[in-house]
Amino acid sequence: MKKSWLRKTFTPLLLLEILGFTLMLIFFVPLVLVIINASKDAAEIIRTPLSLPTDWSNLIKNITEIMTRDNIDYLSAFVNSFVITIVSLILIGVLSAMAAWMLVRTKTKYSFVIFMFFLAGMVIPFQVVMLPLVRLLENLRGLTGIPFKDTYHGVILAYIGFGTPLSVFMFHGFIKSIPIDIEEAAIIDGCTKPQVFFKIVLPILKPVFVTMLVLNGMWIWNDYLLPVLVIGLGGDVKTLPLSVASLAGFYDKEWALILTSVLMAALPVLILFLFAQKHIIKGMTSGAIK
Amino acid sequence: MNIGLRKINFGVISVVMFIISPFIALIALIAKLFKVDIHNLDPLKKRGPYSSYLVSKWLGNSGSAQHNRTFSIFLMPSLATFSLFVIYTFINGVYLSMTNWNGLNTGHELFVGLSNYVSMFNDYGFVYSLYKTILYSLLNIFAINIVAFFLAMLVTQNLKLKNLYRAGFFLPNLIGGLVLGYIWQFIFNRAVTSLGGSFATSLLVSGDTALLGLIIVVTWQYAGYIMMIYIAALQNVPQDLIEASKIDGANAYQRLRTIIMPLVAQAFTVSMFLTLVTSFKQYDTVMSLTNGGPGTLLPQWIASLFGLSALPAVSSNNLIALNIYQEAFSRYQLGVGQAKAIVFFIFLLSVSLLQVYYNKRKEVEL
Repeated sequence: MKKSWLRKTFTPLLLLEILGFTLMLIFFVPLVLVIINASKDAAEIIRTPLSLPTDWSNLIKNITEIMTRDNIDYLSAFVNSFVITIVSLILIGVLSAMAAWMLVRTKTKYSFVIFMFFLAGMVIPFQVVMLPLVRLLENLRGLTGIPFKDTYHGVILAYIGFGTPLSVFMFHGFIKSIPIDIEEAAIIDGCTKPQVFFKIVLPILKPVFVTMLVLNGMWIWNDYLLPVLVIGLGGDVKTLPLSVASLAGFYDKEWALILTSVLMAALPVLILFLFAQKHIIKGMTSGAIK
Repeated sequence: MNIGLRKINFGVISVVMFIISPFIALIALIAKLFKVDIHNLDPLKKRGPYSSYLVSKWLGNSGSAQHNRTFSIFLMPSLATFSLFVIYTFINGVYLSMTNWNGLNTGHELFVGLSNYVSMFNDYGFVYSLYKTILYSLLNIFAINIVAFFLAMLVTQNLKLKNLYRAGFFLPNLIGGLVLGYIWQFIFNRAVTSLGGSFATSLLVSGDTALLGLIIVVTWQYAGYIMMIYIAALQNVPQDLIEASKIDGANAYQRLRTIIMPLVAQAFTVSMFLTLVTSFKQYDTVMSLTNGGPGTLLPQWIASLFGLSALPAVSSNNLIALNIYQEAFSRYQLGVGQAKAIVFFIFLLSVSLLQVYYNKRKEVEL
């Protein structure tokens, strides 16, 4: 009697459910550890890193600390990261959609060659061009008199250069599947080519545009290597990863503050994930499969 | 005049016009504010061959000139930035890898031929780093793909909270590699060691286990992402094939081995490619977790390759991406660092092409 009750309750599916739930909890352990330890003071974190904090108000104290100390200055790092990510995303999106549309709709050998040129750029890893990149930015300053290192426009231009190939490739694939009839009808109605693009094609591109935003956005927001080369750990327009790295390097092992800054750096993306989970997962994976 | 030569010249002119058209467009836009149409050129006026080509193809108001101008304006912004930041730097990088560039002599460096490439392979640190990167990549590919495939199998079952699990497993992937490295440095060095007993020494302290620590971090981060690729593939496996195999009496293992695995082989190709490339390029997590350390002794077999009798100390997690960075910015051997980067590129390209070619042969089309 007892055995059949056991079998009825603990079906294989329920066991799998329990397994899934446990695994998910294990996956969350590191994040939970960050939150509970960001709410401790320096002494407590050394003594009991695994227990719950005695006083949660330490979290507020730690947050105000990283907000106000000038050499961390979370707020300005957040603003810098935000500006760089948003401006780069908009420019990469619009410029590469423009390029991809022109390449699809102009069927000449030139457009094929240019497209292949973009594709060739996708296989080049960043490490191969990072040293010449720093040199190029210095040379550009010599040529134009405008500084490019440690400025918004320098970083953004670099991101446009490195983000373009994949985005052009993604837009190219999508635009090929759009029937040309709509655009021809618009031309007959008197639209100029730019009008056709901005009023008709760009709205149709919305789904790929979202994919592109997610893919490039996650990369730019979390990127460390390009900013550390172009901006530097002591730069004026430090992004969030840079400010976390300089905190971890400078205040060696001041874990309460490091973990608070880690938490604050991850928080914007995690909040975004709560609201746009479907788009983010779809964007990040469908971009990869292509 | 020779017609062939003129054709070549037209080609050169059109490339130049393609490049400068956006600037002309800017001038035209400003002129328009003053009610001047600079493109309003008489198409019937008698001109020489070159100026009539320019007017009809680029400067006039004809349909083909307008199209060529828009073509250039739409393409040039992204093409120019891309060419400058990726293609130019790449070509420049190939040249710089053959110079004695050291950061101080920028602009005056001397061409030294292939000696950077030779000296790189005489450096046991680099050979060790290459070996560690290959070892790490192999272990990482296995760990990530096995965990990801297992998770994908789990969450494609008919579970009640499967969407929550998927999101949960995917979550670590949203956090940047640098930040993750610090989180896990804390976990390994502080949280786990506070348990005491056999956990009292951190994984990251010993050169034998630090790589394992790195693999745990990266698997935790990346498995959820690769899982999503496997989920998409598993959902495309036709249910009737599964049903048919059940009727024929196949057990779960046989189903997995002979039906599911071949049908999701394409996802294996993609995932192994992605994990291979990311493992090779891994920089930020390696940097923030241990910064290449801890120190360890060079393995005997590499030392004997170089004929060293005493084993020198090396950094155990000094993977190739980090090694390039340190060569350039800690040892100020930018030329050598660049040469390493070129070798890294060629190596990564050939290995990934080989992997895709090998995996492709195992794929099954429905």
